[in-house]
Amino acid sequence: MSATLTQPKNPARRRFLQDAARGTAGCAVAGMSLAWFVQDARALPDRAIRPPGALPEEDFLAACIRCGLCVRDCPYDTLVLAELGVDGAATGTPFFTARDIPCEMCEDIPCVAACPTGALDKELTNIDDSRMGLAVLIDQENCLNALGLRCDVCYRVCPAIDEAITLERRHNERSGHHAIFMPVVHSDHCTGCGKCEKSCVLPGEAAIKVLPIRVAQADQAEHYKRSWEENTPLVDEIIDLPDRLPGTGTDNLAAPGGFEPTFKLPQGATTGGIGQ
Amino acid sequence: MTVSTHLPVGAEAIRDKGYWLAYRFLILRRLSQVFFLSLFLLGPWFGIWWVKGNLSGSLTFNVLPLTDPFIALQGIVAGHWPEMTALIGALIVGAVYALIGGRLYCSWVCPINPVTDAASWLHRKLDLPKGWQPKRGTKYFMLAMVLGVSVLTGTVAWEFVNPISMLHRGLIFGAGFAWALVIGVFVFDLLLARRGWCGHLCPVGAFYGLLGNKSLLRVTAQKRAACDDCMDCFAVCPEMQVITPALRGKDADTPLILSPDCTNCGRCIDICSVNVFHFTHRFDETPAPGRVRDRTNPAPKVGKAA
Ligand code: SF4
Ligand code: SF4
Ligand code: SF4
Ligand code: SF4
Ligand code: SF4
Repeated sequence: MSATLTQPKNPARRRFLQDAARGTAGCAVAGMSLAWFVQDARALPDRAIRPPGALPEEDFLAACIRCGLCVRDCPYDTLVLAELGVDGAATGTPFFTARDIPCEMCEDIPCVAACPTGALDKELTNIDDSRMGLAVLIDQENCLNALGLRCDVCYRVCPAIDEAITLERRHNERSGHHAIFMPVVHSDHCTGCGKCEKSCVLPGEAAIKVLPIRVAQADQAEHYKRSWEENTPLVDEIIDLPDRLPGTGTDNLAAPGGFEPTFKLPQGATTGGIGQ
Repeated sequence: MTVSTHLPVGAEAIRDKGYWLAYRFLILRRLSQVFFLSLFLLGPWFGIWWVKGNLSGSLTFNVLPLTDPFIALQGIVAGHWPEMTALIGALIVGAVYALIGGRLYCSWVCPINPVTDAASWLHRKLDLPKGWQPKRGTKYFMLAMVLGVSVLTGTVAWEFVNPISMLHRGLIFGAGFAWALVIGVFVFDLLLARRGWCGHLCPVGAFYGLLGNKSLLRVTAQKRAACDDCMDCFAVCPEMQVITPALRGKDADTPLILSPDCTNCGRCIDICSVNVFHFTHRFDETPAPGRVRDRTNPAPKVGKAA
């Protein structure tokens, strides 16, 4: 019995099966290592900003073939390809560092035009619509404007001045009688070009930084309604208060659709009405 | 140990044919590799932008798009259908290699080839042991694995580690620590596995091999009857198993080297002092009598050649 088990009937077939099993196992190991490495290496650092029109990062890594044609056609040498172990972005993919060279927001968007794969989306035809990132006044302790000076440099260099960055006037609590002009970034206009970060006058790190949208912006609270943006009733068609139109006295007695109280006011009481 | 019974590899060829004929295709290949690399370097080094990009994707004279079809394929299985420019580029490159010779890419274009050739040369000079020899076909498993990981991770997976693009892009755009990978391939081939990378593992080579399975350009061992068993061709061929069926075939067997693993490097043509091999096309049917075997001229043990 044991002899028939240890003596394979068909050694060639057995060897084939063993080889196939070993090949598959080897591939599984190699594949898992590669998959692990890919997962590890795909994490995009917060300071690496993708070019205009870049697909969302998950799609970008399926689309970009790392050819560098976008880099070549960028007239300002803004874009670079990530180098292994030097830049954090996936090796060979294009990005820029705003503090070094920001995007100049070319009107014809040559980087997008150069991309052969669509990793930079050709749907982007107006550079003002690009959302490479979002500027954030990240150090409000050292920003000169926040200290009460009138630096204003980031505000002045912004290609979308007064839309993407505005200066909001606040009371200077410290001096008691001066104003603070806080640079405030607005996500509906900021393209993430990084010109503000580039020109922030502070030495070393900038007080205002462009961050990827995923880092810079939170999701809206679903339950909180902004009455100043949306002026629709809280609950449709259930509460419909009677319209008050001007009429005789405060109670609108004569107005059409007016509210007829069940009690009668004493004569003369109407003279004290508000706004009379 | 046994005393070496014949001259060092290549000595007979140099003696009988002269230096040029003994190294012709090697020299032409190096020139071709330098040519393709310098096309890409003209821009960044001298400001002559005839060719922009790198081997993964490029644009020549601002009209001709070229894309590596294997990278395009990984992108597609990862879930991104590329734009027309990249698709056309991949079709052009794919068609050229499928028509002429798949692994022509390996021998005549790929920048890693000089690296692994150097490792193999040094390996031969130092007479090192073969080391780990994975099964034939491992590279096809690698190819399947890479496509699988591309699907699973939704990325162009091989480009995270591919030493070819690391080296090529590194030379053109700046390498960072990509050199480490290239040195890794060299050391792997030298010390761990003879001809290990290109011969057994590289999925890019496997892809181009499959692509050119029916390609035209072929080496033939048409004058195989003249073979004197010096075994030099087996020593220099990066895929020596492809030679056997053609060289040792009987009269009725084709002398064409039809295996997709053959890289069309032509090194066997150079090294053979009796000119058994030459380049031809796959439909060449010139008769090629096999060698006459008898007791005084027994068949050699091919497997022990290297
Ligand atoms: S828009 Fe212009 S400056 Fe900005 S990355 Fe593209 S090419 Fe460069
Ligand atoms: S041109 Fe497109 S595919 Fe090429 S590196 Fe730039 S983003 Fe990637
Ligand atoms: S990144 Fe800065 S400069 Fe550019 S649009 Fe936004 S706020 Fe303006
Ligand atoms: S440039 Fe810098 S310091 Fe000046 S206001 Fe802007 S963020 Fe503040
Ligand atoms: S097997 Fe791979 S690394 Fe080797 S020459 Fe071919 S493509 Fe290049």
